Amino acid sequence: MRGRAPPEGGTLEALAAWACQFTSRVSLEPPQAVLLEVEGSLRLFGSAGQLIGLLRSGLAGIGFEARLATGPTPRAALWLARCDGETLEALPIGAIAPAPETLALLHRIGVGTLGELMRLPRAGLAPRFGQGVLDELDRALGKVPEARSFFTLPERFSAQLELPAPVAQAENLLFAAQRLLRLLEGFLAARQAGVRDFTLSLLHRDAQATRIAIGFAAPRRDAQHGLRLLRERLAGLALVGPAEGLRLQAGEPAPLAGATRGLFRDVRSETEDWQRLLERLQARFGGSLVHGLAPRADHRPERAWRAAGEGGAAVSANPRPLWLLASPRPLEEGGFTLLAGPERIESGWWDGEDAARDYFIARTQGGSLSWIYRTPEGWFLHGLFA
Amino acid sequence: MAAPSAALDAVLLHHPVWRGGAPAQAGPPGIPSGFGPLERELPGGGWPAGALTEILCAEEGIGELQLVLPALAALTCAGSRVAWLAPPHLPYAPALAAAGVRLEFLTVIRAPGRRDALWAAEQVLRSGACRALLAWLPRANYTELKRLAVAAEAGRAFTALFRPLRAARESSPAPLRLALEPDGEGIAVRILKRRGAQLAVPLRIPIPRPVDAVGSAFFSAPGARSPVARPCPA
Repeated sequence: MRGRAPPEGGTLEALAAWACQFTSRVSLEPPQAVLLEVEGSLRLFGSAGQLIGLLRSGLAGIGFEARLATGPTPRAALWLARCDGETLEALPIGAIAPAPETLALLHRIGVGTLGELMRLPRAGLAPRFGQGVLDELDRALGKVPEARSFFTLPERFSAQLELPAPVAQAENLLFAAQRLLRLLEGFLAARQAGVRDFTLSLLHRDAQATRIAIGFAAPRRDAQHGLRLLRERLAGLALVGPAEGLRLQAGEPAPLAGATRGLFRDVRSETEDWQRLLERLQARFGGSLVHGLAPRADHRPERAWRAAGEGGAAVSANPRPLWLLASPRPLEEGGFTLLAGPERIESGWWDGEDAARDYFIARTQGGSLSWIYRTPEGWFLHGLFA
Repeated sequence: MAAPSAALDAVLLHHPVWRGGAPAQAGPPGIPSGFGPLERELPGGGWPAGALTEILCAEEGIGELQLVLPALAALTCAGSRVAWLAPPHLPYAPALAAAGVRLEFLTVIRAPGRRDALWAAEQVLRSGACRALLAWLPRANYTELKRLAVAAEAGRAFTALFRPLRAARESSPAPLRLALEPDGEGIAVRILKRRGAQLAVPLRIPIPRPVDAVGSAFFSAPGARSPVARPCPA
């Protein structure tokens, strides 16, 4: 797709984020184009024609007029969109955007279309017009693969738009805000999420922006819902002056409540849910903060567990506390009553971490049962029978 | 008054009218807690699934984990997952295994901050992948609790939030609130809030405490019980 007017800064990114709902393989072609690799999405959307129809109506909804073209390679699609052509051969030579001197040279020798350029002897092309032209042509024809870097969705949504004329009426502001909300909707569809809140800023010429913060009880995606809330807020708002632009910033995307739930919940879907959950948690916190538990054959309490992994149990016959303190805490003598013990735990001389401790079960003054031990250095709290 | 009373009885019999005096029965059946006296008083006959439960403890180490342990053992033995969110200490694997909990179904999430913890709780609850979430958010405010309660209702997990007893003074959106205090060899459970009629008297829940198990002549513990191992029934 390709916009008619050169988009302002950030608009291409916003457009790409919106387009990510149709395919995960979106790439930017500054200054004016966004490329979508849709082969993998065709089955989902029915056919290329249906997908183009969806794109066209969606683009109109977010206020873009665009030329859409499909091609077997990214470059072919780009050139076809640039010149609104049917086939590569019929395209004017300007479609490949060559250097001005190359273009002039081509015109001088009577080459006006890509088809004419392709018919020229290949061996002579590179020395005369540069290897670049030849490479471009090969990429467009799919003879040489083109490495494209795909657009990655930003963490949070933010987009801005300039109003063609200063606007002071709420209804007209809403019309413009709707375009931003639909961009947000597309972004959220691509993230398969909703948001809990967003802020619309009305940008004035010589005053501070008016910020309207909208919050939802549960994550929402639909633009219409946001628009309804915005309408209520705008109605009761006294503007400091006409707005010249709008900026929409949304909070952190959050999963939508029960959006896609199979009819029958089985173990498999639960396991898939679990894996997705684990991915999300580990992506945010890192693997070391999200872990399972497993016992390990070691007499020393702090060594008798390990994070995650598979089996290998060594369960002591003696009682063990449910809470283990990450590092034993020194205790004042007399603050507890010994109830049972001692249990001598002595081990670890082979790996340099000797532990020779007498463990007791004690009741503290607050009434909790604790697992404490005595060493020559004194008493230490090591666990709680929670 | 005989005739109007008969008419009233007929109304009560044939219409969905709930009468005070009994715990509410509406809602899905609860997850068995393994403690008879508690189950008789909990709406749904067990730990509520799909609702926030607050467990307020006078002190750490009075048996607060023991209270949920039978439910955890039963859930993990049935192959359901249980998440521990921001626990104050390390859940000790050997003790959990000895209590019959299948460790492979436990996951510990150590969220670095308060906002992270709340986010993680919502993720866990909304994913529907866990049947129980044990969370420690000692400083959660009302708004955060409300978010947690809403997320709990969206799922079907037993959601236990452990907080200090002083939080009992604050209002809470949790439909079930329990206060735990040490009571001899067990714990006294006060039901601060539940659906249905309120319960004035605290419940005495005997909790197996491991006080005389080390087998030493030096320290005898009168009246102590041996720990009861609860292996998987499967």
